[in-house]
Amino acid sequence: MTHFKVYREDRWPHMFCPGCGIGTTMSCFQRAFVNQGIDLDKTAFVSGIGCSSRVSGYVYADSLHTTHGRGLAYATGLKLANRDLDVFVFTGDGDLGAIGGNHFIQACRRNMDLFVICVNNNNFGMTGGQASSTTLHGYTTSTTPGGNPEYPFDLARLAAAAGANYVARYTSAHPKQLIRVMEEGMNRKGFRFIEAWVACPVYFGRYNKLKTPVEHLEWLKENSVHIEQMKADGRTSEDDIDLHVAGKITVGVIRDAERKSYIESIEGDD
Amino acid sequence: MMGEELFLQGNRAVVEGALYAGCNFYAGYPICPSTEILEIMSTRMPETGGTLIQMEDELSSIAAVIGASWGGAKSMTATSGPGFSLMQENIGYAVITETPCVIVDVQRGGPSTGQPTLPAHGDIMQARWGTHGSHSIIALAPSNIKECYELTVEAFNLSEQFRTPVIILSDGELAHMRERIEITDMPIVNREQFPEGKVSFPVDPNEEGVSPFPTFGRGHRTHVTGLSHTIVGYPSEDTEVQGKLIDRIIGKIENNKDTICKYEIINPDAKHLLVAYGIPARSAKDVVLNREDFGLFRPLTVWPFPSKAFIRATEDVKSVLVVEMNEGQLFREVERHACRAGVENVGLCSKLDGEMPTPQDILESHADMEVDQ
Repeated sequence: MTHFKVYREDRWPHMFCPGCGIGTTMSCFQRAFVNQGIDLDKTAFVSGIGCSSRVSGYVYADSLHTTHGRGLAYATGLKLANRDLDVFVFTGDGDLGAIGGNHFIQACRRNMDLFVICVNNNNFGMTGGQASSTTLHGYTTSTTPGGNPEYPFDLARLAAAAGANYVARYTSAHPKQLIRVMEEGMNRKGFRFIEAWVACPVYFGRYNKLKTPVEHLEWLKENSVHIEQMKADGRTSEDDIDLHVAGKITVGVIRDAERKSYIESIEGDD
Repeated sequence: MMGEELFLQGNRAVVEGALYAGCNFYAGYPICPSTEILEIMSTRMPETGGTLIQMEDELSSIAAVIGASWGGAKSMTATSGPGFSLMQENIGYAVITETPCVIVDVQRGGPSTGQPTLPAHGDIMQARWGTHGSHSIIALAPSNIKECYELTVEAFNLSEQFRTPVIILSDGELAHMRERIEITDMPIVNREQFPEGKVSFPVDPNEEGVSPFPTFGRGHRTHVTGLSHTIVGYPSEDTEVQGKLIDRIIGKIENNKDTICKYEIINPDAKHLLVAYGIPARSAKDVVLNREDFGLFRPLTVWPFPSKAFIRATEDVKSVLVVEMNEGQLFREVERHACRAGVENVGLCSKLDGEMPTPQDILESHADMEVDQ
């Protein structure tokens, strides 16, 4: 099984709920990783706390499952201490966008040499479906029973604005595209950020009339629009993910830049 | 560098001690009165082939330090009161994942922003219990610039030997005063490495309760988690697994106190025993040098408290007086051991305003105890 080229067979089956999009994201990742022929012995995985942060425990490589929101800071120290390691970070919207928001924008600003996959399920899944910083305006969660009065972060735009070299977003309804951008990101330097919107039928879906995995996936697919189409339609970046306003999630490669990475900067040009 | 004489500020002595011990990674955030450590490291780290990064806060500084340790580095951060508060959660992560690293807390007046440039010892109990959960910790308290240097070397050695975070409790006074010190040779301890390649787990802990360290990037494919974990490193909710894990990580410190604890005793036969550490110990020493009826017990290792040596030192004493720049944080630890040893008169000389207690303050506190002179 190709899965167990990358994942720990002795920890299977994984803990994720039926219909959860983390499994899809893991599958996409292992395909991209295997396609790129990266050496697991020269790779380390770091994560924080939350459903998606549990991925580090299933990867058959050195892996550091850390504290809530701080994965990027741990990964920064690890990468700088051993620059031969390819360091991948698995995180979620709560871990990265809420409690770890500052580390996220600062690591993007430094253009730190990390590859980050954020599994965005629009809520805190591990604790049972509370509103996160990416819960859409007006949507229901266990802590916003009357609808979310706040507006969501656009994590991909935030990463791009903060200076990350490579930023792409797709959903778990776009596995082929996710594999493609993951592979492309693996061939870039500096901070690489892949945001994957995923189905969470058990929590986010349950509260928002997306109770089955199929309904949730269809919702993701129907509400996504490619960035080139957005441009052609004359929409602005402010419309990107605010379903309440624009009704669509922009997908595609949001930024592909060649700024020097942090390590290139401290090691000089030679 | 042996035999070399240097005239150093306390914060610089910490840096030089760290470099002597092999520190090659530093992450930090500016905060008074620890900032010089970050500034001096900014020059010294590149000079010595190490890496320095100024992080966005103290949460990320300690996180980067722990991450770097898993990358094989000897790593350190320094901070003061408010920053030390922010570091507590990740210090707990270093405890449960048994990650060697050194944290310097240059104490200042608190609570909150308090007195950013004045000394205090208000973090003694925070060093012991600041992070949540059952655990043990090693914390060292220098009293002079030579000890700022030497206890930093010692902190790295202990962290490597016992795979645990070690805290140095400096303060705003020590940080900025200067003394001449002579550099002497000290042994350097490096963590025991995991056997090469993909060995089959578990690798049993040694007689001290410490397992070899599976540094990342060497093909061990280790999983490390802050969750309660089996000897293989996998998360577990098994109560027996948790019990054994916590027993061992507490035991590796508490059962090795004879190796870990350092202390100084002056005038062991005196009637009255002063207990002091850090900068106030200098005033206590002045009392002892001028009064034959006073002795001094000075723990250099504050945590774990050198209780056996202290109890021996209380034999035939009439009173124990603890001198502290807080409301009596180590006092309670001293008092319970003194009571066990049968000493009834245990007093406290406490200074809370940012001024050092003077020898006169100590003698006045002693007089207030109304013990039989």
